[in-house]
Amino acid sequence: MSDKIPVTVLTGYLGAGKTTLLNRILTEEHGRKFAVIVNEFGEIGIDNELVVGADEEIFEMNNGCICCTVRGDLIRIVEGLMKRKGKFDAIIVETTGLADPAPVAQTFFVDADVGAAAKLDAVVTVADARWLLDRLKDAPEAKNQIAFADVILLNKTDLVTKEQLQEVEARIRGINPYAKLHRTQKCAVPLDAVLGREAFDLERILEIEPAFLDDEEGHHHDHGHDRDHDHEHQGGHHHHDHHHGNEGNGAGDGAKDHSHKAHSHGGLKHYHDEEMQSVSARIEGEVDPEKFMPWINELTQVKGIDILRSKGILAFKDEPKRFVFQGVHMILDGDLQRPWHEGEKRESKIVFIGRHLDEAAIRAGFLACAA
Amino acid sequence: MSAETTVPEALSLTEHVTSFAFGEHVSGACFLGEIVGFALGDGRVVLRQGEEAREIAAHSGAVQVFAHDSHALYTGGDDGRLLRIEASGTVETVADESGKWIDAVAASPAGAIAWSAGRSVKARDKAGAVKEITAPSSVRGLAFAPKGYRLAYAHNGGASLWFPNASTPPEFFDWKGSHLDVTFSPDGRFLVTSMQENALHGWKLIDKKHMRMTGYPAKSRSLSWTHDGKWLATSGAEACILWPFADKDGPMGKAPRECGVRRARVTAVASHPKALVTAIGYDDGCVLMCRLTDGAELLVRRASAFTGAISALAWNRVGARLAFGTAGGAAGWLDLPPLR
Repeated sequence: MSDKIPVTVLTGYLGAGKTTLLNRILTEEHGRKFAVIVNEFGEIGIDNELVVGADEEIFEMNNGCICCTVRGDLIRIVEGLMKRKGKFDAIIVETTGLADPAPVAQTFFVDADVGAAAKLDAVVTVADARWLLDRLKDAPEAKNQIAFADVILLNKTDLVTKEQLQEVEARIRGINPYAKLHRTQKCAVPLDAVLGREAFDLERILEIEPAFLDDEEGHHHDHGHDRDHDHEHQGGHHHHDHHHGNEGNGAGDGAKDHSHKAHSHGGLKHYHDEEMQSVSARIEGEVDPEKFMPWINELTQVKGIDILRSKGILAFKDEPKRFVFQGVHMILDGDLQRPWHEGEKRESKIVFIGRHLDEAAIRAGFLACAA
Repeated sequence: MSAETTVPEALSLTEHVTSFAFGEHVSGACFLGEIVGFALGDGRVVLRQGEEAREIAAHSGAVQVFAHDSHALYTGGDDGRLLRIEASGTVETVADESGKWIDAVAASPAGAIAWSAGRSVKARDKAGAVKEITAPSSVRGLAFAPKGYRLAYAHNGGASLWFPNASTPPEFFDWKGSHLDVTFSPDGRFLVTSMQENALHGWKLIDKKHMRMTGYPAKSRSLSWTHDGKWLATSGAEACILWPFADKDGPMGKAPRECGVRRARVTAVASHPKALVTAIGYDDGCVLMCRLTDGAELLVRRASAFTGAISALAWNRVGARLAFGTAGGAAGWLDLPPLR
């Protein structure tokens, strides 16, 4: 299990800085060896012998799942790389600027051989601070990449004003409030911000609260759908009242980071993306697995094309362990995880990021699963 | 660890096995006369005769694909080169598709060679003339027809049959899905592919009738016809699955046979060139020989927790020796004792 090779997927619209990030990863002194799967040769600045050219060959699986597409070339390349097992520690897949990250991600869940050899670590999206707003209007691929991301590098921040930066961050949060967002210039981030994230590892899905940008000026921009705060930064305050009528409201109701309330309302804008948004729902208690499992399966089967990512942490009735799931379109991966701690509030929460999600229906459906 | 074989100790051939370790994935093995050739994940090709070993630094990177005829072995690497290596150690660079991996290679008994890199499929006849065709998608499986200079290549959506020396377009055999390996039945009546979807697909060449062979828990990536051409031995299940091809409609409407049932997945199969016996390699490193007439089994190599799945398995021409290699870098051969 633990010797599965971690795979980081780098996405980002044309010109956002993917290759800059890739070169940074490869040239940094880290003692790790990478196998890099790229689409265009010649852009990588260092002589890395484990650079593999890919074709982005996408095909549908013959399994009746209409959105179940995989990258055939990745299956072949990962299989081939396993012949050199031990010669590298991680795989980085750089997609083209116009790529949908879903087939890449799905490959690691659908193909048993690939899934046995490698595990998806995170989808990292590089966004151009100057041009992202335009791309969100005219390039559905760019919006897809933001919605799908576990980590977003908002790059080229030196080319925009502070106000423009806040604007583009607000737009990003309107689509995906859960990704870890880093402001960068020339993609300068510590490598552990993009590698070793274990974003798809059920054991590591500890919290599914909206992520915050921890920027230097103290503005934590929470455009999430709950009034939760970031537990990573606010350890110890795990239980607040969450009785807010706007929970799950894609429009967001303002920055709610408790410790920075005074600052974070200042001049922030909050956007609701008409097409792509996130929906979260919470049950302040247990869920009946006999109701939940059929519901989530039905939902992802019927709406799987529109649901890009899903996650949940659930308290099943009479079950001492937390049930955790994550999904990509129609593919769900779920398991019982660690036990609920003594004194820990047994509650159930789900999050979806997707296109034209029927928030009311999703919330009602989930609430009907209460035990 | 525990060798979960069903054979008693008395039916073991392990004392006739010569074993050694390369420490690198074994991508292929074959016999060239008395020489045993192994192709490895670090790009080496090792030619062994008894204790003597000759190493050739063939590729930078791994040997990805492997084929052989009676005179030479062929290796395709992720350095984009395709090499022909004779038992003498003579190396010829057949092709250099720099920047691309060689994804498939096939050799014909008549001395022709075919290879693919991405969508490009090339065939070189014995005289050295190279022809190229572009497939609808990347090609991972190639096979020469038993008669005539005709090549099958598997791709997304089916397989195609191509006469490299003719100007006629390839003949397309369609079936939805991604097709990986491809093989002709020895009598040339059937074409069979392995698929992404844990199944095999077959066509009767004369009327393109379909044959679906399903039920595998994993991909079936090793296919071997018995010497009489009546059975196709396959990997991918916790037994060697043999499909009957003796009748005019092949396995249609018939159940396959199983042999070598164990609690481990079959990863490689190699049918004996003269007898109804198939050598079966498993993902726990075990190798059995199984007689198809009565299912009798002989242990060749015990399971090993450390050496990985059997990744290469090949008989010599007369069926007296069997070479094997594993994903974890172990290798060796069996010298069958004389029959009593």
